[in-house]
Amino acid sequence: MRLRRILIGLLAPVFAIVLALVVSSLAVLLIHQSPVAAFKDMAQFGIRTDSLIYTVNTAIPLFLSGLAVAIGFKMGLFNIGVEGQYTLAALLAAYVGARVALPAVLHVAFILLVAMIVGAVLAGAAGALKVTRGVHEVISTIMLNYIALGVTGYLLRTRLSQHNPPGDSVTKTKLLPASGVLPSLTRVLHSLGVHPPLGSDLYGFLPIAIAVGVAYYILVWRTGFGYDLRATGVNAAAAQVSGVNPGQMIMKTMLLSGAIAGLVGMPELLGVFHRYSIEFTTGLGFTGIAVALVGRNNPVGIAFAALLFGFLERSAQILDLEGIPKEIAVIMQGVIILSVVIAYEVVRRVVQAQEVRAAAEKSKGLGPTPREEDAA
Amino acid sequence: MKEIAARRLPTNRRGRLVRAAMLMVLVLLALSFVRLVTHASDLTSSGTFSATLRVSIPILLAALGGLYAERAGVVNIGLEGMMILGTWFGAWAGWHWGPWTGVLVGVMGGAAGGLLHAVATVTFGIDHIVSGVAINILAAGATRFLSVVAYTNVSGAGITQSPHVNGTIGELTLPVLAGGRFFGLKTPDFLGWLERQHWFFVSDLGALGKGLTAQVSLLTLLAVALIPLTYWLLWRTPFGLRLRSVGEHPMAAESLGVPVYTMKYIAVTISGALAGLGGVFLVLEEAGIYREGQVGGRGFIGLAALIFGNWRPGGVVVGAGLFGYSDALQLRSNTSIHGLLLFIAIAAAAVGLWFLIRSRVTTGVAAVVVASLVFWWFAGTKAVPDEFISITPYVVTLLVLAVAAQRLRPPAADGRPYRKGQAQ
Repeated sequence: MRLRRILIGLLAPVFAIVLALVVSSLAVLLIHQSPVAAFKDMAQFGIRTDSLIYTVNTAIPLFLSGLAVAIGFKMGLFNIGVEGQYTLAALLAAYVGARVALPAVLHVAFILLVAMIVGAVLAGAAGALKVTRGVHEVISTIMLNYIALGVTGYLLRTRLSQHNPPGDSVTKTKLLPASGVLPSLTRVLHSLGVHPPLGSDLYGFLPIAIAVGVAYYILVWRTGFGYDLRATGVNAAAAQVSGVNPGQMIMKTMLLSGAIAGLVGMPELLGVFHRYSIEFTTGLGFTGIAVALVGRNNPVGIAFAALLFGFLERSAQILDLEGIPKEIAVIMQGVIILSVVIAYEVVRRVVQAQEVRAAAEKSKGLGPTPREEDAA
Repeated sequence: MKEIAARRLPTNRRGRLVRAAMLMVLVLLALSFVRLVTHASDLTSSGTFSATLRVSIPILLAALGGLYAERAGVVNIGLEGMMILGTWFGAWAGWHWGPWTGVLVGVMGGAAGGLLHAVATVTFGIDHIVSGVAINILAAGATRFLSVVAYTNVSGAGITQSPHVNGTIGELTLPVLAGGRFFGLKTPDFLGWLERQHWFFVSDLGALGKGLTAQVSLLTLLAVALIPLTYWLLWRTPFGLRLRSVGEHPMAAESLGVPVYTMKYIAVTISGALAGLGGVFLVLEEAGIYREGQVGGRGFIGLAALIFGNWRPGGVVVGAGLFGYSDALQLRSNTSIHGLLLFIAIAAAAVGLWFLIRSRVTTGVAAVVVASLVFWWFAGTKAVPDEFISITPYVVTLLVLAVAAQRLRPPAADGRPYRKGQAQ
């Protein structure tokens, strides 16, 4: 029975990936190219050492962004505002981080703390609006997204940028001192016998991201708070009757979600750029929503989804050399999101109908049989 | 009993119209006053009003699209993606076969997005927000891919931009009042003359008239005509009653024989079609070119206008107009935006007083505090940073929601998945 449930659970993602392959094959056929050759190229290029490192590096912020969205999803809250939260958090953390002098580990911790606070304040604003004024969080986080991005642009342009030497027109904050930077994991890789080519460094943020994932798991599945959170997500009214304070739950969850969202920009800040500039990757917040959906709000699932998205993005780059637009990866991501969600819903209903049927079989002769349609 | 209801309804509606008209006059009076004090003539120039009309239409169409979907109980966050589909397909078909075919195909592109949303939310019962977010991501990716396929070897185009649409949509100018041509003869531009006199209020009224009647594109007229049409369709026909009943209480509707799924499908597809029309409008207004990122959040602003407008056509128009006005001013001049600060201070003070008279002290005091802060900002600076102007619609929406969220009334079953046979 347990095995069967796992198999059914795997059905949905497998179906989604197959459908994505079919749709993107059609797209490739549309431009008179061979899908088989394209996917073979992608696979071959995607499993090169530097490609794998790139995939993991891309996956780290997506994983964090997915977690930030997922913790809200777990109780039926939508934090669409991760995009704005991580952007403003990265800017302010970069600015503040460059202005203080602290010993190495503390400095990094301080920068992370600033980023988490900024993200939490922004998301908390949406939570407060919901609790006190009844404003739906989807709307307020979308609005706050644009507001945060606008404020980031303004602050970067006018207040927080460094004075550039003549000839340098990129607006950016001051460089972080060496104590505020995370070293890459290249040396760790060497000790494992992996020798990546020059120029591809594994982000030093990886262990922190894993720790956040573990913390997320413990918080949601192993604490009283997590129990309340999941109970609210399954049935808000029942949770409230059982003594869960909905307002408090909303505030706590939004603050946590925002705090994780604040970390999304940190791998790039601490590992690559060491300052905030307009070169920062955008769109991580929106992709994070997709990652959370595909990963079913489960930390392991989110990790796989983030890796899958990273892999698609990287491996598609080879296609441009073959005359196939690499944007095929974006289509695959889009199809995967939609079909995964549909597939999970269908599987959920099938399983539910089966359970009802099994219960009906068992209770035969014990009284009135439950009607199957109720579950459909 | 019946008589009373029949007598009361029209008076209420007339009362609401009178109040709205009075509010409009007050707003224009305040704007006129601010124009005289600050010399920010663009605040009420015909050019600004004309730009407001142009900028508002895509927001309005997205919001109307949202109105259809949400009145049928389906939240449509995917408006943004459907607009993107409208821009791409509109520009592509317009390039091949001219602007009107572009309009048609763009509408179809948006409708296809709406249909996809309907399949996901109605047939498969997926969470509406989830499906909408997925459609936004999918639309952005698909158009990018299509651009690569369609425009790689086309001169003047590329992966982020389409070639020019073949031809333009016609424009109309009202004769006699706004100086349009009448049987080939030039007629006087009375409203334009009025505007140039710079009289208090009267010239501003003239400018408003001219802005709304001179060089209006046929597509704008079509879009404006959709406002009363939507009202009539949704509130004055059996079809509309059924559609709204599905959004209020699908179980009751189903038990009365309304085909709930079909109504939802129709509503969400219309929603996508209107968003698609908004997208084509963007393309045709911006020199007939599709650019990546052209929609730029207008689908979301449309959603904001829908909520701002309390899920009613009249309110939606006001919301779209307000956001369009702040956008249009930004396009035209920064000094006017600076002048607008004074207007906001006056408006906030007025709102604060109104609340204080109604003895809602906290809100009233908050509004007065906002008013004095904005006035202080106005007096202490000479210009407003561009970024602040672009976030104005979002700040306004948040403020309105924070003040009035409890008074807004979305359709009762908005956003709830509905399964056939649930009513047993």
